[in-house]
Amino acid sequence: MSSLSYIFKRLLLTIPTFFLVMVIIFLLVRMLPGDPAIAMAGDRASDADIQAIRERLGLTQPMFVQFWLFLTNTLQGDLGRSILMRTDVTTVIADRLPITVFLTIYSVVLSLLIAGPLAFVAALNRGRWPDAVIRTVFQIGLSMPVFYIGLVLLTFLAAQLRLFPVGGYGDTFGERLYHLFLPSVTVALYTSAIIMRNLRSAIIEVLDAEYVQFARAKGLPARLILGRHVLRNALISTVTLLGLSIGNLMSGTLVTETVFAVPGMGRLMLEAIFARDYPLIQGLTLTFALLVSLVFLMTDLFQSRLDPRMRLQ
Amino acid sequence: MEHNTPILEVDGLNTTFHRGEQPLPALRDVSFSVARGEVLGLVGESGSGKSVTLRSIIGLARRYGDVTGEVRWQGQNLIQMPDRALRQIQGREIAMIFQEPMTSLNPLLTVGLQLEETLRAHTDLSQSARRDRAIEMLDLVGIASAAQRLKDYPHQFSGGMRQRVMIAIALAANPKLLLADEPTTALDVTIQAQILDLILRLAQDMDMGVVLVTHDLGVVAQTCDTVAVMYAGRIVEQGSVRDVLKDPRHPYTVGLMRSVPENLPPRTPLYSVPGVPPSLDALPQGCTFAPRCAACVSACTQDRPSLSIATEGRQVACFNPITNSQGNAA
Amino acid sequence: MSDATFTPTQPTFLQRALRKPGFVAGLIIIGFSILLAIFPGFFAPYDPNEIDYLAVRQPPSWAHPFGTDLLGRDSLSRVIWAYQVNMQMAVFGTVFALVIGVIVGALVGYYRGIADLIFGRIVDAVITFPFLVLVIAVVAVLGPGLVNMYIAISVVYWVYYARLMRAEVIAQMGNDYAAAGVVMGYSDKRIIFRHLLPNAITPVIVYWMTDMALVILLGSSLGYLGLGAQPPQAEWGVLIAEGRNFISTAWWLSLMPGIAIVLTGLGFSLLGDGLADLLRPRG
Repeated sequence: MSSLSYIFKRLLLTIPTFFLVMVIIFLLVRMLPGDPAIAMAGDRASDADIQAIRERLGLTQPMFVQFWLFLTNTLQGDLGRSILMRTDVTTVIADRLPITVFLTIYSVVLSLLIAGPLAFVAALNRGRWPDAVIRTVFQIGLSMPVFYIGLVLLTFLAAQLRLFPVGGYGDTFGERLYHLFLPSVTVALYTSAIIMRNLRSAIIEVLDAEYVQFARAKGLPARLILGRHVLRNALISTVTLLGLSIGNLMSGTLVTETVFAVPGMGRLMLEAIFARDYPLIQGLTLTFALLVSLVFLMTDLFQSRLDPRMRLQ
Repeated sequence: MEHNTPILEVDGLNTTFHRGEQPLPALRDVSFSVARGEVLGLVGESGSGKSVTLRSIIGLARRYGDVTGEVRWQGQNLIQMPDRALRQIQGREIAMIFQEPMTSLNPLLTVGLQLEETLRAHTDLSQSARRDRAIEMLDLVGIASAAQRLKDYPHQFSGGMRQRVMIAIALAANPKLLLADEPTTALDVTIQAQILDLILRLAQDMDMGVVLVTHDLGVVAQTCDTVAVMYAGRIVEQGSVRDVLKDPRHPYTVGLMRSVPENLPPRTPLYSVPGVPPSLDALPQGCTFAPRCAACVSACTQDRPSLSIATEGRQVACFNPITNSQGNAA
Repeated sequence: MSDATFTPTQPTFLQRALRKPGFVAGLIIIGFSILLAIFPGFFAPYDPNEIDYLAVRQPPSWAHPFGTDLLGRDSLSRVIWAYQVNMQMAVFGTVFALVIGVIVGALVGYYRGIADLIFGRIVDAVITFPFLVLVIAVVAVLGPGLVNMYIAISVVYWVYYARLMRAEVIAQMGNDYAAAGVVMGYSDKRIIFRHLLPNAITPVIVYWMTDMALVILLGSSLGYLGLGAQPPQAEWGVLIAEGRNFISTAWWLSLMPGIAIVLTGLGFSLLGDGLADLLRPRG
């Protein structure tokens, strides 16, 4: 199968999923307590004003008509108006999206940089002290809540030692790397614990695999066995795992954005929730879901590039 | 024996794995030798240490446990050889093929690359010469349109074909000794004979020694010159195939032979050696086979018999060997 | 090595368990945590809500080993009383999802068909949301608070249990005894509950242990964000949030609950890992 038709098939599969995602978001927001119209109009609005808003929002229509409106509007890129920001939800999100995406990618890169080499060291020294030390440290890391790691880093490295800025995210690429370093490290410390654990067992499994034994029996240089035979195979499970962990990672960025006052989508989500800004909650939830499924798609494509068995199914 | 001087001499090979604090004696005092052009069969039930023997010789087992004793190869002891030096022997002088063709080839790499990397490690051939040699090898093991198939991945081959590919890879650098670990067990019966024939033909053409691990005495009878019978990590009997199969001395060998369903009238109940092999962490004090042995005498439960010469070219580890050539005593 | 059979003389489950230091450590930590959660009054030196404006933000001393908070309450006592809330989270935050997930997973795994197809889509949809985003969206609907937090977590998390259970049941169905049950004409109910469930549940139980650690992290995160337990209730996330502006001056306010979270989380994951190790089929 060519990769183009693979992509096409893979995209077709996401349609029913996304339909369900829309249903979940729609139902969730319709269950919000209080009348969104009152929230939008403000406390001093007259009944007539509220009624007008209700009609404008389509809230007087039957549920399935409302859903249809929601679906078609969303597909046209219209997510409604934010009550909190007094502008289009799409505009608000477009403003914050790059920050969260930057933070997420940054965290993924840092996680891999932390977890990758250590997983290798642990796997190659299985059962000996370097393995034990690495595993214990990461076991503890796994038990630390993201907000707590963030708080500690913020206080000591940023507030006390003034090595890093306390908030904001900078303007140039370099500034962003600098500003978002601590928030990303915070997320990375947690996710790298997950990745390390799994990558270590994946590497051990590959090291014991018969094809690696065969490669050794062929008398190949050690470097070649690790790089070509072990790493490539272990990479597949790492990529799968990274893809599946993206939800976790984004949950982490939501928290870290709050702790470090990074003006991304996560912090906005919390603001929207406290303000009961339902169009914004709706839009943000949808955007998060879109990001995750985009990552799932990329994971699948990457895997099919890496693993010839998947290409020819 | 009419063979010339041995190329491989295994002397007092011990391999011990560890589970937690507990040592597992996988091999004890294994000694044998193989000459050029000789095919040695290693037989025994699963768990008897046949595969561990091969993996200890070629240096795979030492990553998982302690290997001591001597494996002499052209005047050098492979057991003590550092990894780097050993790599000059692995694949170049001693090659190994595995039981499972499905899992023994790297699924992510083309067959061509897996063949070529061996050549690259062990020869000075140029890239195009390596390619030519790779095609030649695939051709030699009977894979049609070899040049095109270099680009294919292992999953695009059938089980039997994969085993042929593995043989091609193993033999690419012209080794002097082939260690074959049950190379036909995972294959269909109809293909087993073809693969065995292929191995033997190539061994003859290339004047290679072969150590063939199998649990099938029928295969030994057809293909091997000499045979060593293993039980619970030790060799219990060895000698030329003709002698051992015609006149087995060790009760275990007799039992193994009786469990081969050959020349039996229909509906004869199949024989099997009573009991199960002991586990490695609970070996009996005396002869490891004593609990299952019909010819067991009192010495057998106290001392361990060592492999000693019974007749010319024949070694048996038994206090009460069977002398009747029909083997009725078992 | 593939060719060696390692059949040992079997030590008992307890003997094997006690040989694993990680498992034993987890057992001790969680055992002690349960004690603290059940009898906080016995262990806590002070009333956790006793305000003393004359002893505000006192550093650790013999009288107050963890110091005092912004209102002069004893930090140690508050951290101990929080065990009640946070250990309760570990139970209520997981048990509903576990039960629903196991039942649904077993049913769709056994019957497959159209229900399984629908279930597959639901799983796809739910894992498309970052977990925390979906949970806080549900909390937003219901309003902040502990009970609503449990509902939110359960509403999302049963899917993960069901997915695991389904996979296990399908794997078990491939085994001979399930097929034998079908051949022998046992009722579906009997096959599911007497044969499949007991065999398929082991990985789910192991997962449950690690999940309890996750839920404590999640619950305290929500508490920190103001969406979980509400002040003045003593809960680790809330306590850390209360102390967050004073980390450099009154570090003990957030350090001590932080240690409690890490320790409890560690206890549960050690327990889970040890259990996974012990229950793994040995070969």
